[in-house]
Amino acid sequence: MDTYAVNANPSLDPTLEQPTRDELLAMYGRMVLIRRVEERLGDDFTAGKLPQSVHLYVGQEACAVGVCARLEDGDWVASTHRGHGHYLARDGDVRGLFAEVFGRRDGICRGMGGSPHVADFSKGIIGANAVVGGGIGIATGAALAAQMQDRGRVAVCFFGDGAAAQGWLGEALNIAALWRLPLVLVCENNGFAEFMPTATVTAGSIASRAAGYGVPGVAVDGNDLIEVWQAAGPAVARARAGQGPTLLELRTYRTRAHTESESGFLSRPYRTVEEVEDWRTRDPLPRVRDRLSAAGVRDDELDTIDAEARRLAAEASAFAETNPWPDPSVVYGLMFHDQEP
Amino acid sequence: MAVKTYREAITEALQIEMRRDPRVIILGEDVVGGLGGTNGEVEAAGGTFGVTAGFAAEFGRRRVIDTPITESAIVGAANGAALTGLRPVAEVMFMDFIGVCLDQMLNQMAKFRYMFGGKCDVPVVIRTLMGAGFGAGPQHSQSLHALLTAIPGLKVALPSSPADAKGLLATAIRDNDPVIFCEHKVLYGESGEVPDGEYLVPFGEANVTRRGNHVTIVAFSRMVLLANAVADRLAKEGISVEVIDPRTTSPLDRDSILESVEKTGRLVVVDEGDPYCGMASEIVSLAATEALDALKAAPVKVTPPHTPVPATPHLEQEWLPSPDKIEKAVRATLDSKLARAG
Ligand SMILES: Cc1ncc(C[n+]2csc(CCOP(=O)(O)OP(=O)(O)O)c2C)c(N)n1
Repeated sequence: MDTYAVNANPSLDPTLEQPTRDELLAMYGRMVLIRRVEERLGDDFTAGKLPQSVHLYVGQEACAVGVCARLEDGDWVASTHRGHGHYLARDGDVRGLFAEVFGRRDGICRGMGGSPHVADFSKGIIGANAVVGGGIGIATGAALAAQMQDRGRVAVCFFGDGAAAQGWLGEALNIAALWRLPLVLVCENNGFAEFMPTATVTAGSIASRAAGYGVPGVAVDGNDLIEVWQAAGPAVARARAGQGPTLLELRTYRTRAHTESESGFLSRPYRTVEEVEDWRTRDPLPRVRDRLSAAGVRDDELDTIDAEARRLAAEASAFAETNPWPDPSVVYGLMFHDQEP
Repeated sequence: MAVKTYREAITEALQIEMRRDPRVIILGEDVVGGLGGTNGEVEAAGGTFGVTAGFAAEFGRRRVIDTPITESAIVGAANGAALTGLRPVAEVMFMDFIGVCLDQMLNQMAKFRYMFGGKCDVPVVIRTLMGAGFGAGPQHSQSLHALLTAIPGLKVALPSSPADAKGLLATAIRDNDPVIFCEHKVLYGESGEVPDGEYLVPFGEANVTRRGNHVTIVAFSRMVLLANAVADRLAKEGISVEVIDPRTTSPLDRDSILESVEKTGRLVVVDEGDPYCGMASEIVSLAATEALDALKAAPVKVTPPHTPVPATPHLEQEWLPSPDKIEKAVRATLDSKLARAG
């Protein structure tokens, strides 16, 4: 995979590695959890329970899950304003996520960051980021530290197609290639930068930009879990083996709003109903479910996974709703490690 | 005159100036925003907050340009186009993102005219949203106008009313120097009387929004509304508060501030920016160095604490200046020992 390549349908290619039934089941569980959590947060927003709007990950679950399934404890992930999926794919705490989005005391960041800033250092999640592209340099630094600490750790940066327009991508590719950093740059190309169709603000192909830096660039179907997993495996392995960075472009689609509040301020739709419906037929969840069924997993088992995800989301939402607001002392106390402002 | 919102007033200024001068162009993320396909020819957003709705249809996409998320290139391109004959109005969606493109502001646009021996003009306007209040968190809520004011070569405007939003923006667009135009996101829905047609508010001329004799409040941007409310509240008790809205921090109308302080002898400054090295400190320093003899009480600064903006709404409100905090500050200047001694 040394050059830019789009494989027609690698997930069905028998020569490529296939996940075991248990691996697939575990990944499916994560995807379902992300879906149900995001839907619940969407409902909570509509019900007026959230202090601010949220950017949900619905439709893109295969990206976070397929990549993170290739990671190990101790690896690092930098994320975006649409970061709940990455957080959950890294086993971030569901209650902590809800409480954070609700702005409450027991939020994973004590309510100080909110939805676009979820971070859990104990799980290697070094921060969602509300500055578009902001995570790219940070992940590069985590990869540098990983290389210097020589413990075989890898850093992954998730970012959007919109973020790929920031100069940081080129800057990071350059130094990561020069220094052979254990970095995997994962662009989730979901068709839009806010309301601007990707093609109107993105020249050429994102994956092919890697070639100029001598870095492998790979584009795959981001709605196909197995393709993502198959592409991420070699990228992570390459990084871990000290062979340098890879750029993955996962072609996916955001089926929900850019931000849940958007219908309140947009004058017209920015995409057609047909386009959204067409992408719904490529929803990543049923595709995995179908494969599991084909592998002999019973429907009731799959339904149980779904019910459990819904229960977890509902329970965490109820927890967040009654969780107290943070104490005012944190406003002054959090800024420095050892000094009041 | 008609009643319009702050947002509508901004739209009107842009529209009038674009009709007047074909060199005016708009650059920014989602200033059009498009419907699917590859051309995005149908506008959906017209600005993330709807300010440029309908502009693409009226002025064409050559003058109303959706940019990628690329703030350095947005401001850089605005700079280059301004040096070579256009009058760009570029949008940096949230003021926090000046972090992404600060070089183009700090080292480029602010320096061109001076370092090129006055041989060029730099008619750029950067429109950007400041302020807390929506629970948007530490990277979407800052008020960094003092940081920009501290850069010689930049002009900085902070409208607090719809009329000023219109008049200051028109002035900014016609100005031949770079202007950072700071719109407060919480003010977007505020309404007020706005003069019809072409309307200009000169830079460096403060607006006295309340007349009074006992205490001077200097307030910036949204804080002007809070100061006015406090002045009205205290007027019922016979405390007469003068409220001054400088409207631009660069240039700053020092004379109006000093005149008022000479008259009242008491100064409260209300600003949403940082208490350190900020506009509140600057105005207090102005009074201390130029009007010390007139002061009957120590000036008081009402600002947020020197911390990032917390996301959780409850603490964000706690963090922000409030009418109660301002009232307390006004009373402190009236109760001051210095005042009793005087
Ligand atoms: C530096 C910066 N510029 C602009 C924004 C406003 N903004 C928030 S999300 C977004 C679109 C991001 O698009 P993309 O990177 O493709 O991610 P997606 O939202 O599609 O997941 C924009 C422009 C921002 N948060 N940060």
